[in-house]
Amino acid sequence: MTERLFEGADWDFHTLQRITDACEELAKNDLGLDVYPNQIEVITAEQMLDAYSSVGMPLFYKHWSFGKHFAFHEASYRKGLMGLAYEIVINSSPCISYLMEENTATMQTLVIAHAAFGHNHFFKNNYLFKQWTDADGILDYLDFAKNYVATCEERYGRVEVERTLDAAHALMSHGIYRYPGKKKLDLRAEEKRAGRRRQHEEEVFNDLWRTVPKGAAKSRSALSIERRRKLLGLPQENLLYFLEKSAPRLAPWQRELLRIVRHIAQYFYPQSQTKVMNEGTATYVHYRILSKLHEQGRISDGNFLEFLQSHTNVVFQPEFDDPRFSGFNPYALGFAMMQDIERIVTRPEDEDREWFPDIAGRNDVMGVLRDVWANYRDESFIGQFLSPKLMRHFRMFHLHDDPEERAGIRVDAIHDERGFRRVRRELARQHDVGFIDANIEVVDVDLSGDRRLILHHHVIKGSQLNETDAKRVLQHLADLWTYDVSLIEVDANDKVLREYVVSPRPIPAAA
Amino acid sequence: MAIHIIDRRLNPGGKSLENRQRFLRRAKSLVQGAVKKTSQDRDIKDVLEGGEVTIPLDGMHEPRFRREGGTRDMVLPGNKKFTEGDYLQRSGQGSAKNSGPGEGDSEDAFRFVLSRDEFVDLFLDDLELPDLAKRRIAQTESEGIQRAGYTTSGSPANISVSRTVQLALARRIALRRPRKSEIEELEAEIAACTDEDLRAELVEKLEMLKAKSKRIPFIDPLDIRYRRFETVPRPVAQAVMFCLMDVSGSMSEHMKDLAKRFYMLLYVFLKRRYKHVEIVFIRHTDRAEEVDEQTFFYGPASGGTLVSSALQAMYEIVRERFNPSDWNIYAAQASDGDNSYSDGELTGMLLTDKILPVCQFFAYIEVGESGGSAFDLSDSSLWTLYERLRNSGAPLSMRKVSERSEIFPVFHDLFQRRETAQEKAAP
Repeated sequence: MTERLFEGADWDFHTLQRITDACEELAKNDLGLDVYPNQIEVITAEQMLDAYSSVGMPLFYKHWSFGKHFAFHEASYRKGLMGLAYEIVINSSPCISYLMEENTATMQTLVIAHAAFGHNHFFKNNYLFKQWTDADGILDYLDFAKNYVATCEERYGRVEVERTLDAAHALMSHGIYRYPGKKKLDLRAEEKRAGRRRQHEEEVFNDLWRTVPKGAAKSRSALSIERRRKLLGLPQENLLYFLEKSAPRLAPWQRELLRIVRHIAQYFYPQSQTKVMNEGTATYVHYRILSKLHEQGRISDGNFLEFLQSHTNVVFQPEFDDPRFSGFNPYALGFAMMQDIERIVTRPEDEDREWFPDIAGRNDVMGVLRDVWANYRDESFIGQFLSPKLMRHFRMFHLHDDPEERAGIRVDAIHDERGFRRVRRELARQHDVGFIDANIEVVDVDLSGDRRLILHHHVIKGSQLNETDAKRVLQHLADLWTYDVSLIEVDANDKVLREYVVSPRPIPAAA
Repeated sequence: MAIHIIDRRLNPGGKSLENRQRFLRRAKSLVQGAVKKTSQDRDIKDVLEGGEVTIPLDGMHEPRFRREGGTRDMVLPGNKKFTEGDYLQRSGQGSAKNSGPGEGDSEDAFRFVLSRDEFVDLFLDDLELPDLAKRRIAQTESEGIQRAGYTTSGSPANISVSRTVQLALARRIALRRPRKSEIEELEAEIAACTDEDLRAELVEKLEMLKAKSKRIPFIDPLDIRYRRFETVPRPVAQAVMFCLMDVSGSMSEHMKDLAKRFYMLLYVFLKRRYKHVEIVFIRHTDRAEEVDEQTFFYGPASGGTLVSSALQAMYEIVRERFNPSDWNIYAAQASDGDNSYSDGELTGMLLTDKILPVCQFFAYIEVGESGGSAFDLSDSSLWTLYERLRNSGAPLSMRKVSERSEIFPVFHDLFQRRETAQEKAAP
């Protein structure tokens, strides 16, 4: 029998080292995970609260809103309304995991397997994280940001900096690129391309084209609008980027602050799109590793039961009529789907063969899962891999609530043969960030007139912006733009539903 | 692959302290309002304790574009009896549960805990407490211990190692005690030496050095120094505050509220200067009694008005319990100014002969009804009396207050330095 990793609940740093080594061996050899180097840090409850207030990052610039969040978390923690997370893990290289000192040895094992290997693998391999985040640079960047903000405060005054950051924070959710743009070419490549284009023109030159009649010439004003929109890169959904590049009266340091906030928002963007998958992956990994450790006799039965109890709590999914219900638990849904994929790959039924011909019976569980973890996000993952069996297991149903409908809320589809696909499509949609966030774009700037900035909100399914909040955010936007800003809410048929116009507040001192 | 395990628990805490301060600064007016409001409901003694305050979240709101309303679609788990095409009542659970609880977004008030220091700072922030009465505090003293250089005798616990070693070093250098390295060098030279004569010479020199180093000790009893302590007079760190109030029928709730506020400020103020503050409440009608705080402010009483009774009671309490040489005595009297005419002489005598000599500070606050400016009315009997006393040189501070908003300025005014306060005391 193999030696136990630990006995009872106590641990010391040697125990942690042994646990990590054991987990690493299983993660690499059994599961074939590919992770960033790990850094494990043990912290106290107070430090955990600290981390909470600065979105989990170990260093962050100073801002009052973080103090507010800290006070809020602290108050609810003290009252016992809120437990603290067992860990926080940071998408960086080395991958930093914070463990709470209060955890028992079993919990530390769970947490190390969960964060240091599960999340870590996901961060390193998922395409969204690869595309949008730079794990090697993030800590340095945060350090730069912190120092930059501090320097600005020294040089331009705390109030000024705070005003800019407030405005930037308000627009943070609209400071993101949702689609990777085209890469900027360097000069050499551009020259080459121009050469190729010229060559092509020479090759296909035909003087006859000159004689073909053209369509009606575009009017001068239409041309100038088109040209202006092109110059400003409109329409633009990344409001912070647009302001950073085009706001007429911002100081250079203000643009840099907007850029910092924008970069940080972009860094967190993949996390919001992969909650189910990320947690599902980590939970699946810790479950596999802990089970294996127990199988090998390296964890006692008692400790394994302790693990199972917390694991069960984590993946608990209350039903919709349960008072504890607050939406789908990403841990529960993610873990269930990962296990379901394992089942489909190893023990498929006829239904699975029909629904998942590609993976059913492939027998290479980890191969399939690693591929899934690398190439999907929540929306596509659910849309692709939620099986009928799982929908039956969760007894999912789809409600359609149309305020116009007098009879009430319609049950649109349930977990039956007719409803599977519709339920799945709808659940996938619920996890689509592009669908959840308001779709707001800068569409035009009245350059010849009063420089008014014009935004459109494309209303989906009649869901408009909350009025008070929208006005406040627009106020911030107008302050940065320094001229009037108007937001027009239009529905799918370009019908104007509502228009906001906000003027900038006067700047107290000439900035 | 190397795995780093780092213990961060020993890192300095309070990483978010600065953020917290920024938050408080930002929410200052809101928090200040909340603190004032909270302190209204508190007893005088609890006013200093920190505690939970609630501020409207609205002022600290971080706005975001949020969508609401419209047609909603949702997928939920746990279907038990629905089939496709069913209709649910809108008030039913299905829809009500779906609005996920946003973090704090839905709350309209924001509760959090202020530490004691933060609370007091905010409470006194717009007060600008004058650098009061330190001069006066120093009048009564007790003994304290203070370091005072070094001495050649003392208890072993007080040996000053650094000073002793320093002196020993100086002595060794002065007497040219051979250093260890010198002897070692010589020994090495002897070992390497081949010439017999030179060797004998060197050995002799070595003997001499060794003897010398034995003669001159490394540390001599002469070197030893002890830390010396001296007793010095220290200001007394305890104070007693007498609250005297007229509770006869003519005092309205509003007047009592004004008085309470003044006492509260005085208490907070004294608390910051002294370690230990006691409060004595004396209320009087035509006779005086010592009562607890609750009775003092809220207990009903009626009768005529004899101010001298309160002064007499205070004097007796001082004599019994608070020896003026051990205690800093502060007194604040609040009244609407009524006093029976025959009592004037006795009051004046008690005050000048017995009360004022033992007090650090005696303030008289004349409270009036809200709305009526205190200066329009003709002076009350008590005011006239006290003014006469003051004009003849008694150290009395007196003000008239009729509005809540006047409390802070009056308090501030009263607690200016004595020299200036005397000059501008006349209304």
